[in-house]
Amino acid sequence: MSQYLMSVYYDEADETPSDEVIQEMYADVEALNQKMRDSGVWVFAGGLHTPDTATVVRSQDGEILTTDGPFPEAKEQIGGFWVIEADNLDSALDWASQATIACRGPVEVRPFQDEPEA
Amino acid sequence: MADDREIAEVFQRESGRAVATLVRRFGDIDVAEEAVQEAFVEAIRRWPSGGIPPSPAGWIITTAKNRAIDRLRRESRRDDKQSEAMRLRDRDEPEEIEIVEDDQLRLIFTCCHPALAVSAQVALTMKLIAGLGTDEIARAFLVPETTMAQRLVRAKRKIKAANIPYRIPGDAELPNRLKPVLAVIYLVYNEGHTATTGDQLIRHDVSSEALRLAHLLADLMPDEPEVIGLLALMLLTEARRLARTGRDGELVRLPDQDRGLWDRALIAEGQDLVRACLRRNRPGPYQIQAAIAAVHADGRSPDETDWAQIVALYDQLFQFVPTPVVELNRAIAVAESGDVAGALDTVEKLGLDGYHLYHATRGDLLERLGRDADAADAFASAVELTGNEAEKRHLLDREARLR
Repeated sequence: MSQYLMSVYYDEADETPSDEVIQEMYADVEALNQKMRDSGVWVFAGGLHTPDTATVVRSQDGEILTTDGPFPEAKEQIGGFWVIEADNLDSALDWASQATIACRGPVEVRPFQDEPEA
Repeated sequence: MADDREIAEVFQRESGRAVATLVRRFGDIDVAEEAVQEAFVEAIRRWPSGGIPPSPAGWIITTAKNRAIDRLRRESRRDDKQSEAMRLRDRDEPEEIEIVEDDQLRLIFTCCHPALAVSAQVALTMKLIAGLGTDEIARAFLVPETTMAQRLVRAKRKIKAANIPYRIPGDAELPNRLKPVLAVIYLVYNEGHTATTGDQLIRHDVSSEALRLAHLLADLMPDEPEVIGLLALMLLTEARRLARTGRDGELVRLPDQDRGLWDRALIAEGQDLVRACLRRNRPGPYQIQAAIAAVHADGRSPDETDWAQIVALYDQLFQFVPTPVVELNRAIAVAESGDVAGALDTVEKLGLDGYHLYHATRGDLLERLGRDADAADAFASAVELTGNEAEKRHLLDREARLR
């Protein structure tokens, strides 16, 4: 079993979808979340506020520096994510295919490092 | 009695199967590769006096398996991971490792997983399936050996980290998962067929490895029409190999080729496969391209070629692969069937400015229409865009004759 982070990306330049589309999307994502819980792959998931609500904290020369975010200066930003536990990448990609349809955006699948052995 | 060269040949032939079997057994590519390498060292030590064993593949796999188990035990003792050692002990004792044909197929699908970059897919396939050394693959693709080694290390790390499985995709996934497998084999073949860089037009060692892979895949998946189609296409292309270059290594175009040099045995084999595909009636892009090559092979000269049939096949191909390159090739067939001006009209609308064969085709059509100056300019543009020296010489020659 491996754990994967499935991040949903969106382009900040894209027009904000209508309320109707957003409501449909929420419903589809909730249905997928339930399907994931039922099949036992679901670990955690969440949607994020827009990147302009982010704050970046870093340690520099022994001082803590706090600035407004987001950190990456890219036009594509993460809108939300899932953490799932799947047999292998093929199984994770199958869930990602459903996720990209539900949330109407590209999904990046990235494996977690194994937890250090106790 | 066996000498080192013979032993090396046996290993190159058998190592693909051995690595695949050990990957299934141990779930780890590095462990499998190193164990097969150790078995090779053992063979160099023992075969010269004892002779090559009756089943070299079986010997390699058994020896490699034992080496791998020894090594994993040593390592688990060192790491004090007792459970791992126990697990290995439980698993290996009664089992005689058998060769499963599917193992190699499983590993091909891992090597050509869409999660890997195409360059990584190609490198892994050449290494793990064809059994070539890193130095040989680096030479085939004209990159430094360290670059190729790094590419392989990164690709194997991704397979492990992302847990890319060793499995044959299910029926629903198969069409999509088979595409990159066929693309990798064809890409390797084409790299040998017209080397993208370098002096020689054809690098036969590379294309013959690709043919070996295509035969292997056809043996493993005899019911997949596109697999058979790809093999047929490659055989029919390979049949023209001797005729494709002249005495000084220069390129000879299809209409100018000495058809007496075409390999009739390869053509017969390819055409049989094309007919088998037609009977199945599940067409796909490789089968259609093979059919086009089969029609060419039937013509005793360019004039006796059934160009209408070829145009129709390109129309069918366009349904599967709606690209300007297919339109370009269709236009060439249209010109050959008599309508040169119409073909030029189509070609000029394609906007393939970055593609050398677009300019070369335009040059050819313009020349036939008597527009020599325009034709020479088109050949000059094509020269700028090709990296292959033999092709470049051919194009420069055509340009010079028109100036």
